Amino acid sequence: MAETHKPPEQFTLRLRRFDPESGEAPYWDEHTIELEPHRSVLEGILQAKAAADGSIGIRCSCRAAICGSCGVRINGEPGLACHTHLDHARASAGADGVIEVEPMGNMPVIKDLIVDMDAVHWKKVQRVTPWLIAKQPVPEREYLVEKEAMVDITQSMACIQCGACVSDCLAMEVDPGFIGPAALAKAYRFVGDPRDDEQDVRLRDLAEDPQGIFDCTHCFKCVEACPKGVNPMGQIMRLRRIAIDDQKIVDKNNGQRHEATMVGLIKDYGLLHEAEMVPRSYGGNSWFGKFHPAAGKELLASLPVAIKGVLKGKINPKIAIFGHKIPAADLKNVQRIYDKVESRPERYELNLYITGYDEVDEETPVPVGTTATNGDDESPAAPDTEGSAA
Amino acid sequence: MKVAYWPGCVSRGFTPELHGSMAKVAPLLDIELVELDRACCTGAGVIAEHNQELADTLNARTFALAQQVDGAELMMNICSTCQGAQSECQERLDANAEYRSHVNETLAAEGLTYETGLTNKNFLWLLVEEIGLERLSAKVKHPLTNLKVGPFYGCYIVRPRDRLGIDAEHPRDHYLHQVIGALGGTVIEYAGMRKCCGFPIITMNKEASLKQAGRHLGDAVDADADCLVTPCPLCHLNLDFQQPIAESVVGRQLDMPILHLPQLVGLALGLDPKELGLNRHMVRPSSVIDWSTSVVGAAA
Repeated sequence: MAETHKPPEQFTLRLRRFDPESGEAPYWDEHTIELEPHRSVLEGILQAKAAADGSIGIRCSCRAAICGSCGVRINGEPGLACHTHLDHARASAGADGVIEVEPMGNMPVIKDLIVDMDAVHWKKVQRVTPWLIAKQPVPEREYLVEKEAMVDITQSMACIQCGACVSDCLAMEVDPGFIGPAALAKAYRFVGDPRDDEQDVRLRDLAEDPQGIFDCTHCFKCVEACPKGVNPMGQIMRLRRIAIDDQKIVDKNNGQRHEATMVGLIKDYGLLHEAEMVPRSYGGNSWFGKFHPAAGKELLASLPVAIKGVLKGKINPKIAIFGHKIPAADLKNVQRIYDKVESRPERYELNLYITGYDEVDEETPVPVGTTATNGDDESPAAPDTEGSAA
Repeated sequence: MKVAYWPGCVSRGFTPELHGSMAKVAPLLDIELVELDRACCTGAGVIAEHNQELADTLNARTFALAQQVDGAELMMNICSTCQGAQSECQERLDANAEYRSHVNETLAAEGLTYETGLTNKNFLWLLVEEIGLERLSAKVKHPLTNLKVGPFYGCYIVRPRDRLGIDAEHPRDHYLHQVIGALGGTVIEYAGMRKCCGFPIITMNKEASLKQAGRHLGDAVDADADCLVTPCPLCHLNLDFQQPIAESVVGRQLDMPILHLPQLVGLALGLDPKELGLNRHMVRPSSVIDWSTSVVGAAA
């Protein structure tokens, strides 16, 4: 830890201040503090609070990235103030090198850097029944479950409820009622737990809710925001997978139909048949889907845009009607892959959170084409180390 | 340079002007495109949502086909969503030898094998990292002088950073800025430039989907952009094709032209707007081009 020996330096913090009771608008407030560069942004804020202005509002407790209290935005990105080094924060700051600290987004501000977690985050967590509903009969001593099943849910258990993902959720930004990444990751923690008795009930609830699992816009914001590697979006995708493919839930939000349509069209055409996406997502995955009343209504609403698209030469009527396909021999191979993979008794999934990555000595980028006739190339295959699959 | 070229589905379907403009621009940049016309859709994350192994195997097939292209230096795509979906599958395939051989077993029936370590770059990355901004600048015939261009990155090409290889040395989340600058245009920053266009939920929650598109477009209007440029045809669908409906969702007029990346490059390299399919957009790029003279930026 050579870093600990670096002498203290000056850092400037620009804090977003706001006191709703004052009637004043939010404003920026600068403080220069002096600390060793490896110390945290939180320590910097606390120094400013102790030395210059005791009224600065910040919530914190453990100072070790465990309690999840000090979620803030640092230079526009969500994170834990206690888990961000001052020198790292300065490196990601703007040209003036001033570290900007703001309260998290998507939640109302109580004061300065403190947001109302109760009003948004905790309410949403409550929404997903965040406790185990014991599978009956409850065993006398303990449940016996497969180790892998429990390892699988440790990723969502790693959540410390800091709200960083909630802060940056882009679906919530336009639809505040969306259950959101933290609560849905929590939902997976129970859906994936073999001791839970209500997997089906939970999933039906989350699939049928218009602001449930199918309201996630797949933007990866929560994946980036999470300081604990929970991968909330990945958990939401798994909830969808289990709801649709295991529980066979056909929801009213088009979630199942959308997936079935996309997966089905690619099997039939090799490529996406865009014109069929909307009617089938509303009316069901078959050519007749477009005659379903729900599809008809949506098609009618889209008609002016579609006509304009055809007139502009953007939409080729032939492609709109017949779609486009890859060559027949290749389509056969694609379909063979579908049949082989989908006929497995169990889905084969690789969770890198659990298995980690193979160790490769050196990154040796392999140019494409080397497997063909570039005979003078050195063998491109990096030595495969043994899989560390758990 | 020769590249194994994956155009994706939408660039050959509902945004044909993207594939078309790429074909026009490539020779001007000395890029030889060998189209992977035997490969199938990446699944755009939806097949992976349905069955991870299926998505990984279908994309491994595409990678294997790319690796067979004789003399190609790398694989190139023109769709951010393809880049994101392919990078996700490639990450798993490259991470675990046992998993890779399991997937290759399925490919073997066709005589294909995916070897670890394929380089797959979106056209945007290729422009900056392989062609280089200086060389690009040197080829500019009609600098985009006075043209205020808002970059629209979307999601799949900027997140997650680790998987996409974004770091201090490769600031790929700033490449659109750099390319606009190299073409002589003015970069307009606005709140929504790295946010979601809303397309993934267009059939599930149309209102929320188009509210996203509408807000970002509104932000760009407020920031005084003449047009936006995007490396993603799916973003283009929500931002351009659906813009009339997005306008009614957010309750304001937007009239924001959206250009595909190869179109913006093509304009600066001296190609005719019609050749680039700019007349095919829902929102006519009249703020970008004076149609009577085709002089870029003259209308600004």
